Amino acid sequence: MVATTASAPHIQASTPFLLEVANARKTFPGVVALDNVQLRVRAGTVHALMGENGAGKSTLMKIIAGVYMPDDGEVRLHGRPLQLTGPLDALEAGIAMIHQELNLMPYMTIAENIWIRREPLNALGFVDHAALADRTQALFDRLGIELDPELEVRHLSIAGRQMVEIAKAVSYESEVLIMDEPTSALTDREVEHLSRIINDLRDQGKGIIYITHKMDEVFEIADDISVFRDGQFIHEAPASELDANEIIRLMVGREVTQLFPKETVPIGDVVLAVKDLGLEGVFEGVSFDVHAGEILGIAGLVGSGRTNVAETLFGVTPATAGSVAIDGQEILIKSPHQAMLHGLALLTEDRKETGLFLSLSVLENMEIAVLRDGYTHGSFVAQHRLDQQCERMKQVLDVRTPDLEERIGNLSGGNQQKVLIGRWLMTKPRILILDEPTRGIDVGAKAEIHRLISELAGEGVAVIMISSELPEVLGMSDRIMVMHQGQVTGFLDRGDANQVSVMQLASAPATHA
Amino acid sequence: MARTMHSDKRINNMTTATDNSQQAPIASKQRRKRKVPTEVSILAVLIGIGLLFEVIGWVVRGDSFLMNPQRLLIMILQMSIIGIIAIGVTQVIITGGIDLSSGSVLALTAMVTASLAQSSDYARAVYPALTDLPWIVPLVAGLLVGALAGIINGSLVAFAVIPPFIATLGMMVSARGLARAYTDGQPVSLLTEEFTWIGSGANPVIIFLGVAVIFHIALKYTRYGKYTYAIGANPQAARVSGINVRRHLVKVYAIAGLLAGLAGVVASARAGTGQAGMGLMYELDAIAAAVIGGTSLAGGVGRVTGTVIGALILGVMLSGFTFLGVDAYYQDIVKGMIIVTAVIVDQYRQRRRKLS
Repeated sequence: MVATTASAPHIQASTPFLLEVANARKTFPGVVALDNVQLRVRAGTVHALMGENGAGKSTLMKIIAGVYMPDDGEVRLHGRPLQLTGPLDALEAGIAMIHQELNLMPYMTIAENIWIRREPLNALGFVDHAALADRTQALFDRLGIELDPELEVRHLSIAGRQMVEIAKAVSYESEVLIMDEPTSALTDREVEHLSRIINDLRDQGKGIIYITHKMDEVFEIADDISVFRDGQFIHEAPASELDANEIIRLMVGREVTQLFPKETVPIGDVVLAVKDLGLEGVFEGVSFDVHAGEILGIAGLVGSGRTNVAETLFGVTPATAGSVAIDGQEILIKSPHQAMLHGLALLTEDRKETGLFLSLSVLENMEIAVLRDGYTHGSFVAQHRLDQQCERMKQVLDVRTPDLEERIGNLSGGNQQKVLIGRWLMTKPRILILDEPTRGIDVGAKAEIHRLISELAGEGVAVIMISSELPEVLGMSDRIMVMHQGQVTGFLDRGDANQVSVMQLASAPATHA
Repeated sequence: MARTMHSDKRINNMTTATDNSQQAPIASKQRRKRKVPTEVSILAVLIGIGLLFEVIGWVVRGDSFLMNPQRLLIMILQMSIIGIIAIGVTQVIITGGIDLSSGSVLALTAMVTASLAQSSDYARAVYPALTDLPWIVPLVAGLLVGALAGIINGSLVAFAVIPPFIATLGMMVSARGLARAYTDGQPVSLLTEEFTWIGSGANPVIIFLGVAVIFHIALKYTRYGKYTYAIGANPQAARVSGINVRRHLVKVYAIAGLLAGLAGVVASARAGTGQAGMGLMYELDAIAAAVIGGTSLAGGVGRVTGTVIGALILGVMLSGFTFLGVDAYYQDIVKGMIIVTAVIVDQYRQRRRKLS
């Protein structure tokens, strides 16, 4: 797979690089995460890092940000080699990282979070809160952020927290800013705001390293692109010299022809009928049917109540109004256990929070939902059968892991997601609810998961798929239900759905009374 | 998709019960490939400490520490009761909780058990009207009292959503008070021979090892065990996977209480009396044994074998220091340091786990 030789660097050698990484190598027990990797970022540019999950992008970023120490190779800032022994070193050297997992303290104010460790003091040595607020306001004015510095961080949306993280990084007057998938949880308007901020920073001569899986974003924002695959540096080029297909080819090492291979399958009878479903204060009046073999997409902005509908259907937060019927039979779902007995399965939105058992093995993660009929002898589990089925599931889903005993935390995001999908497929669901099935997953694994969803629909499974990525919803769904602020604003058939029609419904309040 | 699957291996139907069990030998082969388990390194520590005392013993006293079956038996006997408790506490810690009440529950059950096991010819019996009861009655009563205390702990944690530390701290204080109130602080003595047989000879050791085997198997090969680890690793994910987290937590705390009760039965049988001061601070030794044995206070990680070795490490320390004539105060100092060291090792392991 790695036979393609790294293409020759083409950027003129005379251009002084702000940040250089040369010959970086990093191994973890049993894995070579990075091997002979290079990266060169020019001042006043946005440099995008592209690669599948597990390609080594995050490891490389953590080396630059001082979180990991490389086994070999060096990091140079302005041509001077850096000796980083921790994230603080990197910050002081002028390198700031905005983490994928946000690192803010929820019960402290925005201002306190930004200036932590550097609070202005008054004559008595206490924190000068007025000065703190002023400083923060000045910073926000500069970045065009409209947030109250005195607000506690826990009241902020994910997008708001992201802005605070960025402001914090900027406040260090860092020369290099690393952004790891900053837009994965942002709405379009917030993304626009973020790109304005990034453009300003670029104009100020900063170097910005930008990791993303979103192709359109890359071409909008990046000046240069470096591609990685399997811990190796593959290619570096100005964004203007690459196109999406070329990047995907470099990332995957093979042609990915079709991103959304939706197969047309015969649609059967109504399996799930939801009527006026409601959860007090969150959403109300949600009604829809799902047929066997159908993929119903649910679109809507973050906070529209999509995830809440899924969780209510699955009994995580039992409904306060409405009714649910399966095969015409009205049923009551008060817990996930009951939902499972009725043939429902829910792949949750947040892998880490509500999906994975990080300290347990791949096997233990996959088998947990089926420790019932067919896989038990009395209280004892039929471990041999479980081993076999998990092994087969691993092969069908092409989970890349040395063996089933591997701790799931050591797998890449895409492979973790496949394990979780396997967990639910083992329950043989009739109704499969997928909440953001491909969030944070690389292109190759994404296509595999899409193919799998199509295949399941072909077998007569009724699929409900929630996604923030419009192309995904449009590409996969037979029908799309659009939500806005806890209400359904409309349904679109596959033929009528496009980015515009979905976004109109997603941003418009419900028309009915 | 057709490329990755044969038409007869449809994904959603692939788990039908008709699958032949001989089809996938790969799985079992791969399962055997394992890194060095934590238990091996803890066992090495145990042996190392034993050898250290052996060497010091020859130097200081000109005598062998290990080549003395009598001493080793006493050592294991002493650790049996704490070991039984520790196996219950281990399970609670695996769920991400803690049980501070086991020492007090031991005392309470010892009192109740002893009061039902008294000889009828004893003039000042707690229940003078009772004839000599068969041994099974006080035993079952003790187990029930322990389990009941555990159920209360578990319900407080699962349904009243009180932090396990506080819930079991409350039980620790109350159960001790109840044990004292039961007889106004008077010891309950002169127990039937039939009953004291439970604690005689090597019986406590046999009970301890029996409990260890049962719960080793339960944690590894039963649904109970799998759910226990899952809840400790991520309670939210466990719930979404269809586990009744609350009910399971009550079960785990109930079992911990039951084992504390069993320890109370064994302790009173061995001592031939029930006293409200029994088992003082045993909960801390039990937690220490679990932690030294590799159980992580963060939840989701821990094994019975580790806890058994952890208890033996505590026992060897105690026995070794006594053998060398080291003052009990100094023993406690060292014990404290060992516990802290074990937690440092645990933290280090967790950090490495996160990084890899």
